[in-house]
Amino acid sequence: MLELFFGAETLASTVRLSVPLILACLAGLWSERSGIVDIGLEGKMLIAAFAAASTAAFSGNALLALLIAIMVSLGFSLVHGYASINQRGNQVVSGVAINMLAAGLAVVLGNEWFREGGRTPALSSDARFMPIDIPGISSLYDVPLIGVLARIISGHSLLTYIAVALVPVTAWALSRTRFGLRLRAVGENPHAVDTAGISVARLRYQAVIIAGVLCGIAGTYISTSLSASFVRDMTAGRGFMALAALIFANWRAWPALWACLLFGYLQAMGTRLQGVKFGTFEIPVQFINMLPYVMTVVLLAGFIGKSVPPRASGIPYTKDR
Amino acid sequence: MSAKGELPGWVDVGLIPLLNLFVALLISGVVVLIIGENPLEAMWIMLKGAVGSIKGWGYLLYYATNFIFTGLAVAVAFHAGLFNIGGEGQAYIAGLGATIAGLSLEFLPWPIVIPIAVLASALFGAFWGFVPGYLQARRGSHIVITTIMFNFIASSLMVYLINYWFRPVGNMAVESREISGAYIMSFREMARVFFDYRMPSTPLNPTFFFALFIAWAVWYLLWRTKLGYEIRAVGANTDAAVYAGIRPQRIIMITMAISGGIAGLLAVNEVLGAQHRLVLEYVQGAGFVGIAVALMGRSHPVGIVLAALLFGLLYQGGTELSFAKPEINRDMIVVIQGLVILFMGALEQTFRPWLSALFFKVED
Amino acid sequence: MTDARTPAIELIGIDKRFGAVHANKDVNLTIGRGSIHGIIGENGAGKSTLMSILFGFYSADKGEIRVKGETVKIRSSSDAIAHGIGMVHQHFMLVDTFTVLENVVLGAEGGSLIGPALAKARESLKHLAEEYEMDVDPDAIVGELPVGLQQRVEILKALFKGAETLILDEPTGVLTPDEADHLFRILGQLRDQGKTVILITHKLREIMAITDRVTVMRRGEVVANFETAKTNVGELAEAMVGRRVLLHVEKRPSQPGEVVLDVRHVTWKDRKGIARVDDVSFTVRKGEIVGIAGVSGNGQSELLDVISGITRPTSGEVFFEGKNIGMMGDPQYLRREGLAHVPEDRQHRGLITSFDAAESAILGWHFEESLGKGFRLDRDAVVQRCTREMADFDVRPGNPLLKSAKFSGGNQQKIILAREIERDPDLLIVGQPTRGVDIGAIEFIHKRLIALRDEGKAILLVSVELDEIRSLSDRIIVMFAGKVMGEREPGTNERELGLLMAGVTAKDAA
Repeated sequence: MLELFFGAETLASTVRLSVPLILACLAGLWSERSGIVDIGLEGKMLIAAFAAASTAAFSGNALLALLIAIMVSLGFSLVHGYASINQRGNQVVSGVAINMLAAGLAVVLGNEWFREGGRTPALSSDARFMPIDIPGISSLYDVPLIGVLARIISGHSLLTYIAVALVPVTAWALSRTRFGLRLRAVGENPHAVDTAGISVARLRYQAVIIAGVLCGIAGTYISTSLSASFVRDMTAGRGFMALAALIFANWRAWPALWACLLFGYLQAMGTRLQGVKFGTFEIPVQFINMLPYVMTVVLLAGFIGKSVPPRASGIPYTKDR
Repeated sequence: MSAKGELPGWVDVGLIPLLNLFVALLISGVVVLIIGENPLEAMWIMLKGAVGSIKGWGYLLYYATNFIFTGLAVAVAFHAGLFNIGGEGQAYIAGLGATIAGLSLEFLPWPIVIPIAVLASALFGAFWGFVPGYLQARRGSHIVITTIMFNFIASSLMVYLINYWFRPVGNMAVESREISGAYIMSFREMARVFFDYRMPSTPLNPTFFFALFIAWAVWYLLWRTKLGYEIRAVGANTDAAVYAGIRPQRIIMITMAISGGIAGLLAVNEVLGAQHRLVLEYVQGAGFVGIAVALMGRSHPVGIVLAALLFGLLYQGGTELSFAKPEINRDMIVVIQGLVILFMGALEQTFRPWLSALFFKVED
Repeated sequence: MTDARTPAIELIGIDKRFGAVHANKDVNLTIGRGSIHGIIGENGAGKSTLMSILFGFYSADKGEIRVKGETVKIRSSSDAIAHGIGMVHQHFMLVDTFTVLENVVLGAEGGSLIGPALAKARESLKHLAEEYEMDVDPDAIVGELPVGLQQRVEILKALFKGAETLILDEPTGVLTPDEADHLFRILGQLRDQGKTVILITHKLREIMAITDRVTVMRRGEVVANFETAKTNVGELAEAMVGRRVLLHVEKRPSQPGEVVLDVRHVTWKDRKGIARVDDVSFTVRKGEIVGIAGVSGNGQSELLDVISGITRPTSGEVFFEGKNIGMMGDPQYLRREGLAHVPEDRQHRGLITSFDAAESAILGWHFEESLGKGFRLDRDAVVQRCTREMADFDVRPGNPLLKSAKFSGGNQQKIILAREIERDPDLLIVGQPTRGVDIGAIEFIHKRLIALRDEGKAILLVSVELDEIRSLSDRIIVMFAGKVMGEREPGTNERELGLLMAGVTAKDAA
């Protein structure tokens, strides 16, 4: 029982499933702290996952796959930026469009290139980001208790370590750098930024670009590390779950990590509890699956705690007041 | 104020949307080119597949029926200034209402069961729309986020319910028992039963006419009733609405319930009309197509019916195209959909300055 | 170093148009170094536009700006800041979720990490606090500070960025009298340290209290310059309001009947707890027009919202035809009972610009049974009503199917007036009936209001146009800072009314 809920398998799988959530959540965090609502995290991850899997299948080079995935995701991000910043379009509409465009394009192009109905061929381990066993730690796997910890820390891919490292980097950059200060300001009161002689559009583009890069990494992780190929809709709503985590974390980096780990844990449990019976009682895993969304709705409604989005998010900036 | 630089009405309502649609289709054509196929040939195959046969027409109208409902749902909310992304979930939950009514009242004659089942669909959908509306109006939660979350909640909830409550013991497929008593006959079945005539197999059923009726009803609601006036006032200018003594919170809740109810009517076409059972994931993205349809139809029922027909054509034509040319996947329609939303929604104003410059140059 | 006598700022021939509005006409202005220079004028006199040009928020169509004798180009706020100009806007440009320090440092970080700048700012805040009595907790969250302290943060921000010249736009509008006094002390100390201060205000008392020189603006032009010590409130008020010919309105003496509206001790506080309407009492009787005069932003708008049921008062009572309606908050009920309301903001409230004229012409009255039984809205009845009203009020073009946005300001206003007057109300509340309306329409609107009064209806009129108030009203109430400054006869001279509007009572002026 304890093994089922807190065993090494469960916890290691929690880490694996949390990685794309963390990356996407940080992407959303950068974008929304600057005042650009990003419903398109899902789409950018999906198209990046496809780009990575395709590049890896053609070239067998995981790093090249990462690079291409980032560039493709960035392209989608800039479309969103152009619509939101230059055209002052509806950011939610733009996000929805990007999600559809990504979902469609990935399957159409994949079908043409690989003729497997939108799947990409299974990748060899050279073309993937494979688990890295940290020497010294991996030898502890079989030690009781410590072994559990060891297997949480070691045995993940490079991208996992990047994702986790990006949490303190984001927290630091937001709170300690000039860029972070200005970015936070532009998401709260762009007029204050403008009258201080700083370009609102430039800051927002920078944020959108960061979001694109992070979604690119997230997508690469999904298709080359978590799995070994691309299949249609493989992001499976992770972009929206990341959005939920962002709300849960109140748009802050460290809480975002915990929220993503929590949601990752729920995802891991959802898989592990499938068909498991306690006596005659079977836990319907669907309720575990919907928990992150229910929790977010309850939180947003202010029934527990309070979550306040950046004040200017979603509102196109115009000079006159 | 008729300021300089203002374009005449027909440019706004006609030319700009058409231009945006054209650009969306043009880019889709480029995608087809990248795949190495001829876009014009692809378009011809789609057109032939959709309108070149009775069967094609049948499917076109059947798809359009769904899109009319979801498009109207999005549009009604738009008129109140709300963006309801939850049509997908609302339609899904509505299937529950249709199925419960259909299965539990099998012993009653169809003229009684069908209206009850239709009403149940609308009520279940309305409930799933009302809750986010309530949360927005009374608790300040953003409607976009809440409706997205409700889509996922609906998805998990329905997996559970179909699996544990509706699936007959021993049945492998995740779906309910067949509704054998009262369902809506397809035109094909009617032709066979009443006229002993054999029609090609299509799921088209009288719900299509019901959808047209609902489109009329939405028009009537918005432009010929006091409630509709209040809905549009809140959406156009909340301050003016408050000045007029309209309570925006109340309107938000009512509008979301109406929107969800209309989305829920999709269950009538699918559950009662086409499939006669509750099938896992039966909405299949029609809720999202509704966003494209509403944007393209400029949130007007006439525009929505036309846009729904166009998307019906794309869906049916796309299926035929993927049979004729396996290189072009059926998901090409999703690409077109995305582009339509992008250019009709978020980049709506892109060509305006360019067009106005051109227009006034010609006039001078 | 330039000569100490070169002015801090010179504006030469500044001209600015916004469409049809000529906001600044060939404005020349010289601001002496180390002085406090007041700019005074009524609403729309062009003060704020002029200062926005100086701060780089707008660019002038024509003209030249000189800073310390040198011609400069100011294309953006950063240019202005670089030339040592700082501005405290009427609406603060602060990030509410930031600390005081973070707000001060924003835009002047000095490097890619903010640590050093924060430390430097902390130091200089300490100095500034000692020098100018400007104590603020550097680590407080700005959104949680009272308004007076927020304003101080704005000033500190400008000083930290090296402002030599500080522009303050209506700085006391949001302050309590104590806070305002404190601000003036700070400004005085700034001047003593050699800084230049430009103070935009409409309050004469402030001008007299702290400025060295004062420039009076009216309708986009500079009309007078004074040395404060050599002028008095009377002269300033006259220059500000101007000797205007009274618009001639045919009017018989009023025959007031019974009380229709009775406002008793109404107070309305905004979210920050500031009383925008402060213990206001007055009555309006049948057959009279009561005018509320005052510079905009002195509580008139909020008072109208309370009376018309859009907001509920914080305290006090409102009686309409003997019924206590204060806490009802139901504009529709009040309309049914005979209270019509022409709102101040035509474009944002009075009509819905995206609706056609016929639909705008029923806004607020759409519930009426004559427009459709039950839930129905009878389109024909709606269009017919609008056609009738358009003919009656000479609205041009007389096309009820045209979008509301396509009508000129005057015709939009006529549509609204027709909508409210034709309902045969017992009380008509009118806010800014002729703002942005052409002369012909003004005359027409005034006549209709007088006619309504002569029918024995009660009218409450709010306007920032003093001559409009004087020519229409039977009694005049002057509001200042949320309070009623006094009630006067329409014959009262402009000077006295101007003084009251600027917050100076006869006792102060004497």
